[in-house]
Amino acid sequence: MSFMPDATDRRILRQFLADPEAPNAALAERAGVTAASLWRRLERMREAGVLKGVQARVDWRAMGWAVEVSLRFTLDKTNPRAFDEFLAALREVPEVIEIQSFLGSVDWRASVIARDMAHWQQVYRDRILTLPHISELDALMLVATIKDSGELAL
Amino acid sequence: MTDLDATDLAILRLLAGDATRSAADVGRAVGIGQPAAWRRIRRLTDAGVLAGRRVVLDPAALGFGVTVFLGIKLAAKGRTGLEDFERAVTAIPEVQLVQHVLGQFDYRLRITARDISDFERILRRRIMTLPGVGQVEANVMLSEERRPGPLGA
Repeated sequence: MSFMPDATDRRILRQFLADPEAPNAALAERAGVTAASLWRRLERMREAGVLKGVQARVDWRAMGWAVEVSLRFTLDKTNPRAFDEFLAALREVPEVIEIQSFLGSVDWRASVIARDMAHWQQVYRDRILTLPHISELDALMLVATIKDSGELAL
Repeated sequence: MTDLDATDLAILRLLAGDATRSAADVGRAVGIGQPAAWRRIRRLTDAGVLAGRRVVLDPAALGFGVTVFLGIKLAAKGRTGLEDFERAVTAIPEVQLVQHVLGQFDYRLRITARDISDFERILRRRIMTLPGVGQVEANVMLSEERRPGPLGA
């Protein structure tokens, strides 16, 4: 039987998502549980795979990667190997930081970063346009991230 | 901050995998002492390269089976239009990501819902009623992976 988080677990996750940097004592207080209970519940959710981990956010812009583009790909689906071959090639592009596949008018999306516009042009020509089986491709250039919370309506 | 050496990149790679690792633990993994690791983590944090933490959950295990990416084009432009839209869209709890973009759309959104009918409710009641919203395109996510990017494998 798989583990089902109860109302208290959800309250803890809500507080944790809202403030991932908060010390455990503060989280326990906000969620209305003892520190020991908080620790036990987080451990249980970790073991059950509900809580997959806590990761550091890396700010690429602060590292000098000023350009981020969301590329949306539609593939030529007449070739049955198109999906596998496209994904394998996309994974080889070092400037790719995120990949998603979709059901809809778009097949794949990737977030690609570059140091500046000249570098972007180079990455786009040499690494993106050379990917196999692309039938359509469009680009959305990131201006600003307004919200990035990982929030769930728990 | 662009003068990162191989040790800095290794530290970023470790913390991007698990932010709860101690400076001593990180130091051991990259072959430097705890004080040196602490100083490097401090420098990366002060420079804004380490920009906080992200709690990673399994949405499906919590009953959220559907993630949808939306492209939104505003019908009315202008600065107040953008501000009104942004204020309203960031307040929607099901919306995890809001990015202002240039291209075929003005904004891209990431939404996590319980199922398709829950998504339809969010789309009708919350998204289509946003101030200034025009054309909307939705794509249901099938799979996802994060790549190390320039941090290397």
